[in-house]
Amino acid sequence: MRKLLATAAVALASLSGQAFAEGSDVKLLPVSFSFEGPFGTYDYHAVQRGFQVYKEVCAACHGLSLVAYRNLQQIGLSEAAVKAIAADVQIRDLNDVGEMADRPGRPADRFRSPFPNELAARAANNGAYPPDLSLMIKARPNGAHYVYSLLQGYEDFAKLTADQKKAMGLAADFKMQPNMQFNKFFPGHQIAMPKPLNEGQVTYNEEAQKEGIKNDLPQLAKDVVHFLAWASEPKMEERKKTGVKAVLFLVILAGLFYAVKRKVWADVH
Amino acid sequence: MASTQGGPPAFNNSVVRWIDKRLPIFTFMHHEYGVFPTPRNFNYWWSFGGIAMVMLIIMIVTGIVLAMNYTPHIDFAHDSVQRIHRDVNHGWLVQYLHQNGASFFFIAVFIHIFRGLYYGSYKNPRELLWILGVVILLLMMATAFMGYVLPWGQMSFWGATVITNLFSAIPVIGNDITTFLWGGFSVDNPTLNRFFSLHYLLPFVIVGVVVLHIAAMHVAGSNNPIGIDPKGPQDTIPFSPYYVTKDGFALIVFLTIYAAVVFFAPDFFGEPDNYIKANPLVTPPHIVPEWYFLPFYAILRAIPDKLGGVVAMFGAIAVLFVLPWLDTARVRSARFRPIYKWFFWVLLIDCFILGYCGANPPEGYFVPLARVATLYYFFHFLILLPVLGKLERPLPLPNSIAESVLKKSAS
Repeated sequence: MRKLLATAAVALASLSGQAFAEGSDVKLLPVSFSFEGPFGTYDYHAVQRGFQVYKEVCAACHGLSLVAYRNLQQIGLSEAAVKAIAADVQIRDLNDVGEMADRPGRPADRFRSPFPNELAARAANNGAYPPDLSLMIKARPNGAHYVYSLLQGYEDFAKLTADQKKAMGLAADFKMQPNMQFNKFFPGHQIAMPKPLNEGQVTYNEEAQKEGIKNDLPQLAKDVVHFLAWASEPKMEERKKTGVKAVLFLVILAGLFYAVKRKVWADVH
Repeated sequence: MASTQGGPPAFNNSVVRWIDKRLPIFTFMHHEYGVFPTPRNFNYWWSFGGIAMVMLIIMIVTGIVLAMNYTPHIDFAHDSVQRIHRDVNHGWLVQYLHQNGASFFFIAVFIHIFRGLYYGSYKNPRELLWILGVVILLLMMATAFMGYVLPWGQMSFWGATVITNLFSAIPVIGNDITTFLWGGFSVDNPTLNRFFSLHYLLPFVIVGVVVLHIAAMHVAGSNNPIGIDPKGPQDTIPFSPYYVTKDGFALIVFLTIYAAVVFFAPDFFGEPDNYIKANPLVTPPHIVPEWYFLPFYAILRAIPDKLGGVVAMFGAIAVLFVLPWLDTARVRSARFRPIYKWFFWVLLIDCFILGYCGANPPEGYFVPLARVATLYYFFHFLILLPVLGKLERPLPLPNSIAESVLKKSAS
């Protein structure tokens, strides 16, 4: 039994994407986000575009169960738009006569997960479990850069040269498992998720196009990461703004305390 | 409780006078915190006891608020912490204060402990005071460990599994103890529930021991950087206003650093894995405890035997209980112990090396490094300190605290 559990654990670890190879030799792609650094903020245009990418692509397999539709007002969508987005979704809930039935979503509902449970998700995905994305950016080391790279890290394994394999530190007997894709940045390099994003897969609205926002792969990846970063910590801006006030207050208070201390101690030294 | 100042002070407020006659709490506060004679030569390392107490209070206050919003159930715990972040007013602030408060509480307490080691604060007549401090450290470790389990992330779960499994190393009754701790046959909902209950209880036990710790300190009086007893009023100053302002300043500086981490890098001490909900079927590749346990974790893994590792890990704390009798030197302060002074820094570096080993997987050169560092840790306390006290020739001590202070400010 224990052996079976151990085998299952190893198998699941490799499938679910929750295992991380230590010190992977592959460097993440260079990118910078507006929300990084102590004073960084979200770019809500990017967050909105990222939401579009999530909705049209990721949401087919990945849940976002910690975010409610009403939260979308924070990224700049109008109340009416949020209501419409929620109403588009059928939520399974108890009806008036106590039976489970679908009803149109309301802004207070959390994002509906694409599968009713983990078993259903695995059954639909060759045994792999597409993880919930609510905390994905916080749940991986250097999460924003990692997900950004991962989305662009797919390669055709058959076409890799020996030198490329060596540079990535692949073992000589490295073999692709059935139903797995090769990804440069994924720990272990075998990921169950098929390449999710392709150039031009999502068409941004005219406003974005006018601003010269392309919909090539790096841009789509960057936007969806921006959205997921917001989803993982919607209160980040409030945190940083409060922090500036709190630290300023404490620094001034420290100065006052120091002055008082000097005065009090003047006769002792 | 000792006080060199005489009778009750004259209070102006008649209500205060009325109460004080029947229950002299105002007189008590006046004696123990107002005029309490304190050595005049404290440096800022002496502020960390008070800072640790403020951190304890911050942890209790934020913890009580978190408990109002937290759900101790394996299916809901992880999400309920996120609900606190997202839907409770300023919940993110309270949770981050608590999460990082644990780290800063340990920072303050570790500095407090090493200050005691450097200046010999554990020596006669302060042995009990020191032992009570070690009891507080043990209680803190238990509390912090159980608190880390509550968010029910991957590291919560696997940390709990590793640490509770240690008890199974005890011969004969080990497995029964482990089952008893778990409330079942693995870390599961009953474990989470009892950890939540104990995590709420133990901080108040800590408060109780802190009261004893402070009471013992007020009997023996504080040690000081030169380690000689005050010989008269010229060597002491009243606690208020001198140390209220000095400790107050140190406290605010400490809180500023704490706030900077809470607001600008709240996950600095954390593990990304703990934002993944606990999954008994998926083991993280490297299970690491919180940073404040890393040196002990390294000692645990340094011994190539389960029971031996557990004994060594608990021994690392146990040795602190008997430290007052292991150190045979009569002189307290390392300022006057030319050889011990160096070994103090070696011990400090040794603890950092142990922490570094604990943070890394036990492979390659970390294995011998952790073993040497563990060996040195015990060598320091069990062999070096007893021997050094006999061999070392301390420098001449100043005649009084006042003399040493005045000489310093004159030069």
